[in-house]
Amino acid sequence: MKGISAIWIVARKEFVEMIRDRKTLFFMLVLPVVIIPLLGNVVVDFTLDVAKEEASKTLEYAIFDDAGEPEVEAAIERAPAFAKVEIGPREAIRAAIAADEIDFALVIPEVDRTTEPLTVELHFDNASQTSSVSKRVQGALLGYGEELRDAKLAEVGATTAEARKLLLEPMAVVERGTATDREVAGEIAGGILPYIFIMFALLGALYPAIDLGAGEKERGTLETLLLAPIRRRDIVLGKFLVIFGAGVISATLVVITITVWIAAKMESIGGGAGELLSTIGPLDMVLAWVVVLPITAVFAAILLSISIYAKSFKEAQSYSAPLQIFAILPAMAPMLPGVELGWGTALIPVTNVSLAIKEIIKGTIDPMMLVVIIASSSVIAGVLLGLCTWWFSREEVLFRQ
Amino acid sequence: MLEVEKLGKTFKLPRRAKAGSKTGGVDPRQEGRSFHALREVSFKVEAGEILGLLGPNGAGKTTLLRTLSTAIAPTRGTARFDGVDIREEPRRVRQRIGFLSGSTGLYGRLSPREMVSYYGRLHGVPAADLPARVDALFAELEMQSYADKRNDDLSTGMKQKVSIARTLVHDPDIIILDEPTSGLDVHAAAGILAMIEGLRTTKKTVLFSTHHMHEVDRLCDRVVLIDVGTKVFEGSVAEMREAGGDEALDRAFLGLLGKGQGATLRKGAA
Repeated sequence: MKGISAIWIVARKEFVEMIRDRKTLFFMLVLPVVIIPLLGNVVVDFTLDVAKEEASKTLEYAIFDDAGEPEVEAAIERAPAFAKVEIGPREAIRAAIAADEIDFALVIPEVDRTTEPLTVELHFDNASQTSSVSKRVQGALLGYGEELRDAKLAEVGATTAEARKLLLEPMAVVERGTATDREVAGEIAGGILPYIFIMFALLGALYPAIDLGAGEKERGTLETLLLAPIRRRDIVLGKFLVIFGAGVISATLVVITITVWIAAKMESIGGGAGELLSTIGPLDMVLAWVVVLPITAVFAAILLSISIYAKSFKEAQSYSAPLQIFAILPAMAPMLPGVELGWGTALIPVTNVSLAIKEIIKGTIDPMMLVVIIASSSVIAGVLLGLCTWWFSREEVLFRQ
Repeated sequence: MLEVEKLGKTFKLPRRAKAGSKTGGVDPRQEGRSFHALREVSFKVEAGEILGLLGPNGAGKTTLLRTLSTAIAPTRGTARFDGVDIREEPRRVRQRIGFLSGSTGLYGRLSPREMVSYYGRLHGVPAADLPARVDALFAELEMQSYADKRNDDLSTGMKQKVSIARTLVHDPDIIILDEPTSGLDVHAAAGILAMIEGLRTTKKTVLFSTHHMHEVDRLCDRVVLIDVGTKVFEGSVAEMREAGGDEALDRAFLGLLGKGQGATLRKGAA
């Protein structure tokens, strides 16, 4: 039988078995198509809801005015959604905040106003990441602060707006960013998207790989398969094609899902973030998908080698766990500050793909570097597939006791 | 016809392996990190003959059958199936053999039809002939009622029939059976034995490893007994009774084993 025909026979059977396996279908189809957008929606909606709620909820506060500045309290009262609460002595502030009796407390100590500014101490839970207390209180007091400032400036003769501005801001540093919106969007999204693409390529290939190698041993079907009159290389290639295909399907689905999700979610995210995301086009995603292909082949070859070596499904799962760590850490490179794509990082497997995807999304990828990354990843995949074939021919691996 | 000529198989043991058998005695097969699982085993099986391969656990039966079926390569010697050498043309040998063991599994998510057809394609059965061949086998083995169910949903007996159909789908000349009734209930085992008896009429060469002496008595024309990787007896069932000194085959079997190197090993373990 010719090699191609044997590879096709093996691959077709493995594919049929694979798509009848619920676990594989979950990792390959359900996870990228359903779970990712669902998680994305939950995260975005939750963040927006929390921000909205924080901005509109009534903040309860206590005030201790030793300086006799009723205007401070009046300014707070004029602002929307503040409510004063009595909590007893000022020593009770910390406990009252911890017990959620108040959101913040203002303490206005008596100071010598001829030498020191009016000081308003804001006591609040600064460990809460979602807290908007500081922002809202400062916003409420802004007007009164400006009144005090203007009065002081008037005392020194600065009565016009221009004079006040020159006195307060004799020098201004004005930022003029050179990055395009797309580069800014790429810097934000380019950290997480490569990680998602690479992880799904790995996750999609993981279960089929375990089933096609260790599963075959555990079921007792490997020996009869080895006795088929075809080359062992053809068996490996048939299995590899299906594992690679599963990883590609999973990565493709996650790329499509995220592209559609970004398009659908842009308006609801709103503000600058939505506009920035709109600069990431479908073509960028297609190019990112192309870069993921060779690394998927690398994962497929390694996973198949591990799976063939393992005696059981469970053993294969244990052996493949370190691979997930070795894939996760380099895939996270774009999220680390200061890690950029260069000729040095272009030679580090997985990291190079991850950084290349980030540069693609930013629109700043060097085409030469992209070719080198795709070519080197393909060569590594080819070498690993060769090693996998050699591995599959070793009796001590196939009939490991 | 199968000719086995001074077949030997040595495995390299891992560094951590210590001298001695699993049971604690000194195993004559182990020399340093080398384990001689088979030593110069020779015998012949004529076409239409059923040869019983006997031996205690760990004697080397499975290694011998795996070597003959080309799953593993021999270290020394060779074997020829109708003149086709297992060393020189392993793929041609595989084309001619059907292999079945008690531990052979099935692809649970495939149906019997899909699985048997898969092996038919792997063995080069022409696509045009395959459906008819599979249907004929299923009719012969009375498998039509569950031919399209998933293997996972079948009973043990049904699964064993699927394995038989898988073994025979390419109409092999030589059938190798490695303890095919091991772990099966009486009904399923009876199906296997009936299949082996049927093979005699079709002039197939059958090599049949078993621990059950009643199966040997019923099916085998001749037997080869191996112990600690060495052939200790070859002859007809009647000759085995005579050489073992007992009419009862199991006692004759034990009598023959008591004369070999393995006896010393087993005594050491005891």
